[in-house]
Amino acid sequence: MSWMTRFSNLFRQRRLNSEIEEELAAHIEEALQRGRSAEEVRKAFGSPLHHRERSRDIRLLPWLDTLASDVVFGWRQLNKHRAVSAAAILSLALATGATTAAFRLVDAVLLRPLPVAEPQRLSYLAINQLDPRDGHPDYRDDFDYPTFRKYARTVAGRGDLMVVGQSAPQEAILGSDAPEKVYLQFLSGNVFGVFGLRPAAGRLLTEGDDDAPGGHAVAVLSHDFWTRRFSRDPSAIGKKFRLGGTGYQIIGVAPPGFTGTEPGVVTDIFVPASMNVRALDSPGWSWFRIWVRPKEGVSREQIAQPLQAVLALETEASIKEGQLSDMPKQAFDAYRNRTVELLPAGSGASDTQREYRRPLLILAVLVALILLIASANVGNLLTAQAAARDREMALRVAIGAGQWRLIQLVLIESALLAVIASILGALFSWWSAPWVVSMLGPSDRPVKLVLDVDWRALAFSFALAALVSLFFGLAPALRASAVKPMSALKGGLDPHARSGWMHSLVTLQVAFCALVLFMAGLFVSTFERLSHRSLGFSPRGVLVLEAGIRGKALPLEVWSQLADVLRRSPGVESAAYAGWMPLSGNHWTGTVRVPGQADQPSAPYFLDVSPGYFSTMRIGWIDGHDFRPSDVPPKLQGEAQLVGGVGIVNEAFARAYFDGQSPVGRTVAVREGKNLFAPMQIVGYVRDACYSNVREKVRPTVYVPIERNNGITYIVRTAGDPLALAPVLRSEIRQARPDLLIRGIETQSALVQRQMVRERLLATLSMFFAMVALVLALVGLYGVLNYSVIRQRREIGIRMTLGARPGQVVHQVTSGLLGLVCLGMLLGLAGGVACQRFVETILYEVKATDPVMIGAPLLTLLCAALLAALPPAIRAVRIDPAQTLRSE
Amino acid sequence: MAKTDSLQGSLDLLVLKVLSRRAPLHGYAIISAIEEISGEVLRVEEGSLYPALHRMEELDLIRAKWVTKAAGRRARVYELTPQGAKQLATEEARWTAVTGAVQRVLKLA
Repeated sequence: MSWMTRFSNLFRQRRLNSEIEEELAAHIEEALQRGRSAEEVRKAFGSPLHHRERSRDIRLLPWLDTLASDVVFGWRQLNKHRAVSAAAILSLALATGATTAAFRLVDAVLLRPLPVAEPQRLSYLAINQLDPRDGHPDYRDDFDYPTFRKYARTVAGRGDLMVVGQSAPQEAILGSDAPEKVYLQFLSGNVFGVFGLRPAAGRLLTEGDDDAPGGHAVAVLSHDFWTRRFSRDPSAIGKKFRLGGTGYQIIGVAPPGFTGTEPGVVTDIFVPASMNVRALDSPGWSWFRIWVRPKEGVSREQIAQPLQAVLALETEASIKEGQLSDMPKQAFDAYRNRTVELLPAGSGASDTQREYRRPLLILAVLVALILLIASANVGNLLTAQAAARDREMALRVAIGAGQWRLIQLVLIESALLAVIASILGALFSWWSAPWVVSMLGPSDRPVKLVLDVDWRALAFSFALAALVSLFFGLAPALRASAVKPMSALKGGLDPHARSGWMHSLVTLQVAFCALVLFMAGLFVSTFERLSHRSLGFSPRGVLVLEAGIRGKALPLEVWSQLADVLRRSPGVESAAYAGWMPLSGNHWTGTVRVPGQADQPSAPYFLDVSPGYFSTMRIGWIDGHDFRPSDVPPKLQGEAQLVGGVGIVNEAFARAYFDGQSPVGRTVAVREGKNLFAPMQIVGYVRDACYSNVREKVRPTVYVPIERNNGITYIVRTAGDPLALAPVLRSEIRQARPDLLIRGIETQSALVQRQMVRERLLATLSMFFAMVALVLALVGLYGVLNYSVIRQRREIGIRMTLGARPGQVVHQVTSGLLGLVCLGMLLGLAGGVACQRFVETILYEVKATDPVMIGAPLLTLLCAALLAALPPAIRAVRIDPAQTLRSE
Repeated sequence: MAKTDSLQGSLDLLVLKVLSRRAPLHGYAIISAIEEISGEVLRVEEGSLYPALHRMEELDLIRAKWVTKAAGRRARVYELTPQGAKQLATEEARWTAVTGAVQRVLKLA
């Protein structure tokens, strides 16, 4: 019986049993046909069960026996070299754990299909406009409702078009108590139907719920929220809650597992899109993605083509109207060549995905490199260990062990290592994946991912274990099986045998380690530079309070009276207000013309601020004076009446328009409409400060006096901890103006940090991986050097008796390896420089070709290599020739 | 596990020999053949035949395959492997030597 049959017998006991039974039954039948009595035959046979057992034992047991004894023997071997085994297991556990964690993250964010019917048929619309600066595609995937109506008419009949709102935090009043933060998502009525979802309780939204603006104030809870907030109480259905001034009735609960369409956000409440009443007729108010499911037999192309035609018509119309006349040429071309694309939505679509796709893939690659370094390490350790067992193996061959038995023996040992390591690794990933998730988002708006340990993660970690055990177990196993008893028992093996394999592993290890170090260096210095760049204002101690009112705009006096209220509160140093905060993600651009000058290629930013804004933000003052309460911005009144105003500009503006001279007192023209320019007198000149995001170079910026408004942001500089003051200020405002909505309170520092979450994550994790890689490579180098000293001790002994100096001995032991280390480093860094295109978009003011970026990992690795070489070198020098030669 | 006593040794020998002449055979046919040739002197217990067959299969002395009989039922038939033929030769020689020695002891003692 072949080895394979026996192996499969192990897993097919049932079939084996039935085969034996069938054979015995056939025997009895034969006997009866020949005329023997049934009784006699049965007696002769004895108990059939006993029989079956004996036969089965014969077929199954020998293999099981050897397997069990190999496992026991392997365990003893691991125990014997406890330090080596522990190093191997730990490094492998770390690596498999990190890999599994990375896989779980990548899976949860990017890969896992939504729990809906036929996810592979879903797409979402995006308009691709190439970035005029670098030619990279730039997808815009948020749309307004008028556009949706137009697109739905265009596509009608060929597919289902759906409004899938962006899940956003809102304050809802669920009981009689304080408002609670819930994640709300607007959906068109057809979404649940197209997704083929069935309610866990009550009913889901239908097209009938979405047919009249503001007509159906109904809501569906997510199963997660129903569990969390209502403990799955069926009576929650029918209850009412208030949200944004509207009373909604709960009509049902979505099925478990469906948490919305955006990986990274867990949605709590779904409401019909038609409930976002004010947005329905507002062109330019983009608040949702458009999802498409083509009808059976309709391709994505057939949906995109008519939409492309609609887009082209729109573009031509706006060109005719002359809306784009003052656009720079490249931007104009890019705008004109926009394309409609259908991107796959089977795994959901979210900003988290977009933002973290590249960083997660980079981390996954780093982690895979770590895994390779670790397995190479274990492979080397096992090879060295196997070498020490040459004689044992030779003895086994001499007393008749077959090749398969030896391979089985060594493979089982490495499989034991892998299994233990992958169990530890799974535990590690169980802990580390949620930890990484907690680092993804800012603290006030955490990224939430569904990270169940499902079969995909389990399958992945087991596949990994199998692969790794094969990778690092096979080489020693094959060597063991090829052992030549005669030469091994004589102790006359060539000392340089095996070193080829080990040396190439070391070179690879060093190369991977250099690559990881290099990448980590790029990310760490990106983060360094970003967090140390000068913002132009001081975020510390600043509290940002967003306030608004529904409906009509309030005159400026109301807002400024409220600012006075805030200023009088204890602990407040100063307060001002603005349209929004720098770094809040909003920005507003306008066109400025200076008499006698050509237009600038990039339009300056505008921000509307109150008097006292600059002193509260601590933005440095150069020339001129602050706004007065009576100042007005340049503007258009009525149809065509232009009103002149005042403005304050920054250094970048002065550099771009006035050659760096103080522009105070000058007058420029600000575009207020087609061919309408209002004069603006510059009254102040301030230092540069960040506006839209921290990665951007400071752009020319114009500050104008703030006007009547229906929503502003208060900026409060406090003496102590700003967040401690938040509840006090909230209640002060509520007392003064009960009709105001407070949309959010946070610190300016949080706004700044939110801009660097991704960079911080990459820097922290890649630094951690770099350390791990370095330690692993160090262990690997040490192991190989140590091994080569042990193998060459006879040769070294002889050389020393013949008068070799210690320096020569050390040279003999280390020179070859040093060459390999250098080769590995060069390979790794070349790889790193080659990969830079893939990472450059997330770097900030860091170039991969920067000598410091290349030099730092080189130096670190060289130091590490020297450190690793030190103990074996000392060992080589201390070899006592007489003793060594006697012991052989 | 199973002891290699002389009786079991002789059963193996008989089975190998029968299979060397009339392969392939199923278990019942092996028993019948041994009984027939020995003139009903040697009776093989069914209870020890099958474990022996499976053990020899395990040792690669014989190999088994399923054949479909006329009635659509399957039967497991055995035949000798080259290794089994070698084993048969050594066993046969050993047996002849041993029985010859026993004969001489019986005659001359």
